[in-house]
Amino acid sequence: MTSSLNLWLIPMLPLAGAAINGFLGKKSSRTAISTIGLVFSGAAFAWALSVVLRVSSVDLPYQEYVAHWIRSGNFTADFALYLDQLSLVMLLVVTGVGFLIHIYSVGYMWEDPSYYRFFAYLNLFMFFMLTLILANNYLLMFIGWEGVGLASYLLIGFWFTKDSAASAGKKAFIVNRIGDFGFLIGLFLIIQHFGSLNFVDVFEKVRPLASETTGAGFLTAIGILLMVGACGKSAQIPLYVWLPDAMEGPTPVSALIHAATMVTAGVYMVSRSHMIFERAPAALTVVAVIGTLTALFAATIGITQTDIKKVLAYSTVSQLGYMFMACGVGAFSAGIFHLMTHAFFKGLLFLAAGSVIHAVGGEQDMRKMGGLRSYIPWTFMTMGIATLAIAGIPPFAGFWSKDEILWKAFSSEHGSWVFWLIGVITAFITSFYMFRLLFMTFFGDYRGAQVDSHGRASHGHDDHGHGEPHESPMVMLVPLMILALLSVVGGLVGIGNRFEHFLAPVFGSAEVTEAAGEAAGRGTELLLMGVSVLVAVLGFILAYVLYVSRPYLPQKIADGLNGFYTAVLNKYYIDELYAKLFVKPLVDGSTSILWQGVDRKVIDDTVNNAADGARQVSDEVRHMQSGNLRSYAGWIAAGSAVVIAYMIWLGVGR
Amino acid sequence: MNIDNLSPFILTLVTFAPLAGALLLVLLPRRDRDIRIFSLVISLLTFVLSLHLPVHFHRGDAGFQFAVDRQWISSPNIHYHMGIDGISMWLVVLTTFLTPLCVLISWKSVHDRVKEFFILLLIMETALIGVFTSLDLFLFYFFWEATLIPMALLIGVFGHERKVYAAVKFFMYTMIASVFMLAAILWLYANTHSFDFVTIRDLIASGKVPNFPAAAQWLFLGFFVAFAVKVPLFPFHTWLPDAHVEAPTAGSVLLAGVLLKMGTYGMLRFNLGLFPEQSRHNAPWVMILALIGIVYGALVAMVQPNMKKLIAYSSVSHLGFVVLGIFSFTQAGLNGAMFVMLAHGVSTGALFMLAGILHERRHTYEISEFGGLASPMPVYAASYLFIVLASVGLPLLNGFIGEFLVLSGAFQDRAVYGILAATGVIWSAGYLLWMYQRVFYGKITHAVNNSLPDLSGFEKAAVWPCAAAALVMGVAPILWLGAIDPAVQAALISFPQVVSKVVGQ
Repeated sequence: MTSSLNLWLIPMLPLAGAAINGFLGKKSSRTAISTIGLVFSGAAFAWALSVVLRVSSVDLPYQEYVAHWIRSGNFTADFALYLDQLSLVMLLVVTGVGFLIHIYSVGYMWEDPSYYRFFAYLNLFMFFMLTLILANNYLLMFIGWEGVGLASYLLIGFWFTKDSAASAGKKAFIVNRIGDFGFLIGLFLIIQHFGSLNFVDVFEKVRPLASETTGAGFLTAIGILLMVGACGKSAQIPLYVWLPDAMEGPTPVSALIHAATMVTAGVYMVSRSHMIFERAPAALTVVAVIGTLTALFAATIGITQTDIKKVLAYSTVSQLGYMFMACGVGAFSAGIFHLMTHAFFKGLLFLAAGSVIHAVGGEQDMRKMGGLRSYIPWTFMTMGIATLAIAGIPPFAGFWSKDEILWKAFSSEHGSWVFWLIGVITAFITSFYMFRLLFMTFFGDYRGAQVDSHGRASHGHDDHGHGEPHESPMVMLVPLMILALLSVVGGLVGIGNRFEHFLAPVFGSAEVTEAAGEAAGRGTELLLMGVSVLVAVLGFILAYVLYVSRPYLPQKIADGLNGFYTAVLNKYYIDELYAKLFVKPLVDGSTSILWQGVDRKVIDDTVNNAADGARQVSDEVRHMQSGNLRSYAGWIAAGSAVVIAYMIWLGVGR
Repeated sequence: MNIDNLSPFILTLVTFAPLAGALLLVLLPRRDRDIRIFSLVISLLTFVLSLHLPVHFHRGDAGFQFAVDRQWISSPNIHYHMGIDGISMWLVVLTTFLTPLCVLISWKSVHDRVKEFFILLLIMETALIGVFTSLDLFLFYFFWEATLIPMALLIGVFGHERKVYAAVKFFMYTMIASVFMLAAILWLYANTHSFDFVTIRDLIASGKVPNFPAAAQWLFLGFFVAFAVKVPLFPFHTWLPDAHVEAPTAGSVLLAGVLLKMGTYGMLRFNLGLFPEQSRHNAPWVMILALIGIVYGALVAMVQPNMKKLIAYSSVSHLGFVVLGIFSFTQAGLNGAMFVMLAHGVSTGALFMLAGILHERRHTYEISEFGGLASPMPVYAASYLFIVLASVGLPLLNGFIGEFLVLSGAFQDRAVYGILAATGVIWSAGYLLWMYQRVFYGKITHAVNNSLPDLSGFEKAAVWPCAAAALVMGVAPILWLGAIDPAVQAALISFPQVVSKVVGQ
């Protein structure tokens, strides 16, 4: 424990980059801006790698005190960092994928007039995200938690002259605040019961507590409240509504923040709090049910979307649901495993989608794409790999992690065949909508207009002239290739439960459940694995039939389903429902009842009437009340004089 | 001069330096530029002087420091007794911090009667500081009322369209409420022969005040009403939006930044200090009013079409947090209440400056008159966003620390109150970000806004110190809490049941 890892450098480096670009970027050249942005995010990645090399020299969990923050009575929260196997995995994912997306952004955002602002925000995001991961207490984690929300707000609304982008940013922030409200209450409960928010202190005190199997106690309450927070940040039912709208942001943002890293913060937070959840089975069930329902629900919406990014957005919501399903059945390491592989293939999917959008001049509607594979072969190839990965085709990364989740959902003590079944159905839908996306985009004939510099989406980026769809520059393709490689091999770390063993010091009980599971039946596991591969292939076949060999069918089916199809297409009208149920009553009620009613009619009128009444009573002295401020002041002064005289008399009189 | 020798005089110096400046201003010829520079120098000097306080303050010490106590009038027994603890010290510094910024923000926006304006501003500063430094009830009441006249004149003379109505409303509301406090003070004097805060507190605590049990509730209420109107606590708040909308920018800054805190400071110092039992006894309904204020203020703020009214109602909401924290009688709640007072002073002060900057360019506060301003005024937009985020309570900025502590304190005291108040984090994001979007995002909807100039040097000099303070307070709250914490602990000593709860944790 003698050597210091200097973990603090990891978040501070991107913060420095954000500050430099934020304050000086406006007058800097694009090259200088890119250099700053890349050097500082790359340095964070390099430092994270060096931490990996040096981690054997310290005992994990390793803690690093940086500075005092809050002291109030005997409550303290400090700037102090914490590293264990879990944060190490997160650290590598965030800095690694983050750095790749920084590189990609150089190409994607090059022509944007606010280039410097983009990199400043992106680096700022890295700072907050790394703070979130490395915090040694819930309050510091909350800094990162709200901070990534800020970065998300700024980046979703990056093209703020567009009303939809500005609204989406605001919506994301407010919906996240609803989650944070729950998170905060959870923190208050933790303070109340454990007197601290330090992970080590809290978990030391939780460890000896009995599991709340007989009735819900405060651990259950804490767990559910933390989950409310996670529902906001990780876009789970009922708070998922902001994430699809968040696609208004530039595509690298969708990849980094709204797929690979920030939205997984809820999964990380729940996993970090596993000690609490493991002793609160009711809370675990809540997590599992929300995760499972969200996975299925969002996947069904994914089928009908025609905007390439919207499909991926709903897919992200759905995949996050898988991760919560894992956490909810107590298989935290499986959840983190999927978090990691998802960061690879979903990050890749978004970046590839960005490359597609770039190629067709800002078009995002898949109905106007098609046949792109010959124009942009590299994008096609990498996106194809990512699709295979997310669909759960072996041996790609997603197969291993998704299968691990499904198996745990079935076999763990908190699991149930219901979770498994819904998970498998979702896997089928996932495979279907992903291959649908691939086929609509890359197969068949090109349905878009000849791309030129006129009449395209007002994104502001990508303003150069086009002929036909063209492949992206190397600076964008290299990150795609690296992520494609990771999407192929990233799952292999899960073979033989190596990933689970690595995380075992954090989640503890891994060995036990594994042993029990193994005894229950290697055969069952293989059988279930077979089922999930089968549904993935079925999804592929169905998509092939509908979108390649018989492309006239989907419209027919949609017509046949009529009302239901319209409902799904309109995302089950959840946004409209929320608007009608919450937003409108709040605005109308505040206007007509509170402001015009209570404030104006009740309070002000009462006061004015009282004043009028008093005025009538004192009609004889009306001439004194000229309504003139100076004379009021005079009367007040005179009155005060009388009062003082009375006071002196009092003093003398005793 | 040895700096330590300054200590007995420092409070007098800080308090009266602005008044001395105002008197000198009277003698100065009416050259507007000179008057502005002179006012700036005086207010900056006062600020520098006031920094002596936190620098030489003994942080572990909960008692009153830099105290001066001289007999002023022998009959009635009035003392010139001043002193500060960790609670009042920061409010003094907040006042001296904001005043020079008020001078800067008024530099170009006040054209008429410049001399009178700055004289009033400096008198105002003395009165405000005096409120926080006085330990003699008579002296306190004197300064308390003394704040009224310059503020009413600032609104009534230098305000906008309905300035006289607003000034009279402000004046009458707070004046009438203060009479109750005066009555309570006089009762105390009649029964203790003292105006001295410490003496009276000790006499009450040791049960040596005749007739006290019968009168205690009325005394509590007498003080409380005066403070509640000033805060303003729901339902006494309707003077505030009118006063703010009509007030000149500097008036609004001092009104929201400091003047409202006189009310919450008064509750903390006098209601809790003198009448701990009654405070405890009355806490349930006080907390409910505070809760209503938090939610109600936020919801009404949300639907305001006028930017300044929106900020005014948001103050009702924020000050609700302060009252809630105070009456939770928890260490966290009181620390948080103090911190919210300071944070609100800085960030809402800045918000009013920013609103004023826009008014100066367009002569309106109507939100619908704007839209898309981020394009022509990027620096202004960025500064505004920064302050909005501070006000929303984003961690690492000042609003978060206080809000978090207040909520956790309220939650310890009564979980339901903590939960209801915590909805404030949602509302504040709602009304501020919605307003921000309508003003700054989207496309320019009124052609005139295309040519609005960005922040001027004076405006930057006024707003950016607030932004810097918001950041430092959020990152290093320990600098403030270090002095606040012991003072709050001392204030809570009269609440044994609570102390045991806090320590027992």
